[in-house]
Amino acid sequence: MAQRTATAVPSAAAEPRRGLLHGAFTRTLGLWLLLALTVVACVLSITVGTRSIGLGTVWQALTDASTPGDETLIIRELRVPRTLLGVLAGVSLGVAGALMQGHTRNPLGDPGLLGVTAGASFAVVLSIWLLGLSTPGGYVWFALVGALLGSVTVYAIGSAGPGGSTPVTLALAGAALTALLYALIQAITIRETTALDAYRFWVVGALAGRDAEVAAQVAPFIVVGLVLALVNAPALNLLGLGEDVARGLGTRIWLARSVGLASITLLAGAATAACGPIVFVGLVVPHVARAVTGPDHRWLIPYSALLGAIFLLLADVLGRVVARPGELQVGIVLAVVGAPFFIALVRRRKLAAL
Amino acid sequence: MTLAPPTRAPERSPARRAVRVGPFSAVYRPRQLAVPVAVLAALVVVSALNLGRGDYPISVPEVLGTLVGAGDDTQRFIVLELRAPRIAVGLLVGVALGVSGALFQTFARNPLASPDILGVTGGAAVGAVGVIVLGGTGAGALLGGVGIPAAALLSGLLTAGLIFGLAWRKGIDGYRLVLVGIGLAAFAQALIAYLLTRSDINDAAAANVWLTGSLNGRGWDQAAPLALALVVLLPAALALSRALGVLQFGDDTARALGVRVGPAQGVVVLVAVALAAFAVSAAGPINFVALVVPQVALRLTGGSRPPVVASALLGALLLIGSDLVARTVLPDSFPVGVVTAVVGAPYLLWLLVRGRRRSTL
Repeated sequence: MAQRTATAVPSAAAEPRRGLLHGAFTRTLGLWLLLALTVVACVLSITVGTRSIGLGTVWQALTDASTPGDETLIIRELRVPRTLLGVLAGVSLGVAGALMQGHTRNPLGDPGLLGVTAGASFAVVLSIWLLGLSTPGGYVWFALVGALLGSVTVYAIGSAGPGGSTPVTLALAGAALTALLYALIQAITIRETTALDAYRFWVVGALAGRDAEVAAQVAPFIVVGLVLALVNAPALNLLGLGEDVARGLGTRIWLARSVGLASITLLAGAATAACGPIVFVGLVVPHVARAVTGPDHRWLIPYSALLGAIFLLLADVLGRVVARPGELQVGIVLAVVGAPFFIALVRRRKLAAL
Repeated sequence: MTLAPPTRAPERSPARRAVRVGPFSAVYRPRQLAVPVAVLAALVVVSALNLGRGDYPISVPEVLGTLVGAGDDTQRFIVLELRAPRIAVGLLVGVALGVSGALFQTFARNPLASPDILGVTGGAAVGAVGVIVLGGTGAGALLGGVGIPAAALLSGLLTAGLIFGLAWRKGIDGYRLVLVGIGLAAFAQALIAYLLTRSDINDAAAANVWLTGSLNGRGWDQAAPLALALVVLLPAALALSRALGVLQFGDDTARALGVRVGPAQGVVVLVAVALAAFAVSAAGPINFVALVVPQVALRLTGGSRPPVVASALLGALLLIGSDLVARTVLPDSFPVGVVTAVVGAPYLLWLLVRGRRRSTL
């Protein structure tokens, strides 16, 4: 194996490390384009649904709250909050994934796969069971603490021992912790049918059925998390050169790592509290973003944010279209889209190279 | 190849004695005999305890007496009708999972390759939950007719085929196999979550219990098919031991030693998957047994790869022991799968921290 690693590293280094777009101007232009696409995705998310509503009616409902009829209600009470939540969760998960992949130097980094969402889920179930909480606003704090414990545990275990963290050890530590926490969740929900009833609808990961208040409750956490992520970007670029080089260039490693961890926890924890565990957004989006921008996190993070929102909104719209008259929760759609992506990634030889 | 498990080369001992009978010869290793015998003894004791403990306690001598024909009607009913079949299922499932794990880990040369990590049990669970949830409805009526065990068996085999197909790239690399398995396991988890939202709360509760892996309410109906399967699969597993021992040295060496690697790997995997799928179909996805047991057996016997017989016995012991804890120490009818997860997951995490000898694992 030592031999393979030795051959894999030069070939990875020889690979073009630059993305499609170079230069500040083209990248800014690309960002505006993504912003436009995000708006398009929002429009789709508001107009497409189980019940088809014309664009004119949608506009009427959006601009004038006093317009009579069910359609105004559907737009204002259901689709707008849902879209808002989709943007928030998509941005959070995309950025959290980019940070995780950057900090762990692990191409398989995803809050859902590395134990963060499992930690949040377990804490949420505990709060449903022990305290009878039933709203995301109530359990967002629990989700944050759980997310923090989950990510710290997985990273500590995955990087303990000689050799440090590798994609494989981190993925396995994530799988092990997830299996343990889900067994404990099951131990709780078996005994408490009411907890199971609340839990099973939350656990699929969905944007539907959450009102505007949920988005308002998690938004502050997400905003702080995003600011921290942007602050973290330059240091993350230096960390990518290896800890020794980064230290030599004056980076305070512990500070950079702590800011990154705080950001991941806030973003993934808040998104999980609001929508339930959504896997694979954080995995797929940064890879797409990296293909466009290259490895510079100052660009990678904003691109991941917008791509995350677009990806999540489109998946949600797709879930409404394919299963008419019912709908598929966005978590299911993402698993169907994301699992093949994950497997394709694994099948590429150079797993250690990021 | 990558996946060296933390196995040791057998210590070279000048005193190692060979036993020869005609053309056959074998090296006599005391620990490889002593460990199975000791585990077997423990198994008898724990089984007897298990038969006696419960809401209606019966002492061990009385249990043994009942088994050979003595005892009053109540004792006979409780021991022979209620507890014995359940324990039989536990023993058989433990044996199947232990052997399945030993085969997987030897084949992939990776202590992490086990049917639960690879998503085989998760895939089997999708089939079973599908039957529980959709069984009553129109579209699911066909599925419902198949029954939970058969559905689990079929979808488990199907998932295994998918995992190996997707992990195949001019051969199977153990880590690629494990990672593909993790991806598919996440996918299976999402499918199960979706099925649970489609069901009414009673079905969801039933599926939820099944999903943890439980021996509650299991009886001869589950034991009989599993016993039949083991009659076929266990001798096959033992016979495959030799080929596995050679595969341990790497594909090229094995080829040079005259093993047809492709077919040998195919048969090993088929047997290992079938064992896991039958176990899941009888008791639900009981996690971590197949993962933990072969490595413990390996350390106890001190060989170079997970031993099949010792893994079988240890698997049975772990499952019966966990069930005893679940039934008597924990509050009412806790599923055994929770106990094995609480024991097994920390072990897996420890394995990740400790068992790593090179930077790639």
